[in-house]
Amino acid sequence: MKNVAWLLGAAVVALSWAVPDLAMAAEGEAAPTAADALFVANNVWMLLATFLVFIMHLGFSTLEIGLTRSKNTVNILFKNLLIVAIGLLTYALIGFALMYPGESFAGGYFGFAGMGLRPPANGMTIEYASGGYTYWTDFLFQGMFAATAATIVSGAVAERIKLSSFLVFSAIFVSMVYPVVGMWKWGGGWLEARGFHDFAGSTLVHSVGGWGALAGIIVLGPRMGRYVDETIRPIPGHSMPMATVGVFLLWFGWYGFNGGSVLSASPADISLVCVTTSLAAAAGVVTAAGTSWFVQKQPDLSMALNGALAGLVGITAGADVVTPTEAIVIGAIAGVVVVCSVIGLDKARLDDPVGAVSVHLVCGIWGTLAVGLFGEGKDFMEQLVGVGATALFCFPIAYGLMRGLSATIGLRVSEEEERQGLDQGEHGMESYAGFQIINP
Amino acid sequence: MKLIIAYIQQERLDHVVESLTKADLHRLSVTHALGCGAQLGHSETYRGARKRVNLLKKIRLEIAVNDDFEQRAVETIIGACRTGKIGDGKIFVLELPRCIRIRTGEEGAEAIG
Repeated sequence: MKNVAWLLGAAVVALSWAVPDLAMAAEGEAAPTAADALFVANNVWMLLATFLVFIMHLGFSTLEIGLTRSKNTVNILFKNLLIVAIGLLTYALIGFALMYPGESFAGGYFGFAGMGLRPPANGMTIEYASGGYTYWTDFLFQGMFAATAATIVSGAVAERIKLSSFLVFSAIFVSMVYPVVGMWKWGGGWLEARGFHDFAGSTLVHSVGGWGALAGIIVLGPRMGRYVDETIRPIPGHSMPMATVGVFLLWFGWYGFNGGSVLSASPADISLVCVTTSLAAAAGVVTAAGTSWFVQKQPDLSMALNGALAGLVGITAGADVVTPTEAIVIGAIAGVVVVCSVIGLDKARLDDPVGAVSVHLVCGIWGTLAVGLFGEGKDFMEQLVGVGATALFCFPIAYGLMRGLSATIGLRVSEEEERQGLDQGEHGMESYAGFQIINP
Repeated sequence: MKLIIAYIQQERLDHVVESLTKADLHRLSVTHALGCGAQLGHSETYRGARKRVNLLKKIRLEIAVNDDFEQRAVETIIGACRTGKIGDGKIFVLELPRCIRIRTGEEGAEAIG
């Protein structure tokens, strides 16, 4: 650690010598110290992590289009793009201020620091976050997180939800529901005060999105032709390659999601977190593949892909407090749980085209509880309180929003539009114009 | 003149085109087709649920020939596609009343060959 700081310090000094502007600035002020160099390194890592979280949105997009039919591809891509935009804008407007209202709201249930972005006087200095990052980095990193919570809903409700209703739901969910729950823990609220542990958001991001997804599929109902009489009829996705690209991108982005949640580039911490993250994902793949092989008689790629995500969601709550061995156990259990959950939801006639509820909600809950089982000094009951409080807050609001939209502007597209595909109905566009004769 | 339409297994396509070429039959059209017959489809599994697939992917060949080439074409297709298993396919031979080459306006036997 000292060596790294020394090397970086030397690099900054060398740079300031080589670049006249920096040298002049340095002459006017005090010479940069090792702490300054560490601040630079930390902030760069945090921005890099932010960009990795950003690329997860591409992962969500290709995963969702891969596991759905080609006639709805434009619609899904449109939703995923708009969510990132809406998520970032609303987070700048009110989300960030709701989630991090400041110390005066410590231990509380709700706080608000005022509209818009308001960098404090020390926002660009070492004092802002113990040298971890600047105020701007803080906002952008957290804003990317916020958008992921809304994206989770998109996959579950795909192929039947009206675009306008989905956008209204997402805007409200990401700007008001997500930040309030986030404040309870990461913003210094009541869950933080009780000792609840959720490192990078198994509950605060994934379960929050998962509850929204569950409410959505309950109110919407299944896609047409999915459950006919007594039979379950699968609707195969149109591109396994796209789904696979999506999962690799999500896994890649997760190094920023978890690695960045260290909130500095502390070598011991970020390297442990990246190891636990990788091992849990790997274990999830193996057990999900094995479970689907056993249950379905043949190994199902889409299940193995879900297994990677299950392991990742599962380790997210405790990536910083478990050992690599425990990470493997957490990921392995998540991989089995996700396959059973996908099949179980199907039996309950809850149609989730991409397995979002199983991956994000069910494995998010498992990961959060696992911290209570494996994390040193972590209380299982407090983990349960966090899971329960999130459920009681998010599900009723999401359900109410969906019902409200259903009763007013309508939640679901017409039968005719669903048959024809949302690409034609909502956008008047084709995803693969000129390539296909039949688009079932 | 005859129009020969054959539905065959996808994986026989390369072989049948090769055999037809060897038999001096160079003009044909190929399209994708979905169909069901004696094979009765198969079942696939996706995310824990079984799916019956009744319409199977097939290849449709169309060859327009003069009468003296009819038997040779039929025999070549059979030779290239017969495995003895259900699903090898079917051949339909239709009377072809008229044939025009767009480029020159030639008709009949001239236009086909």
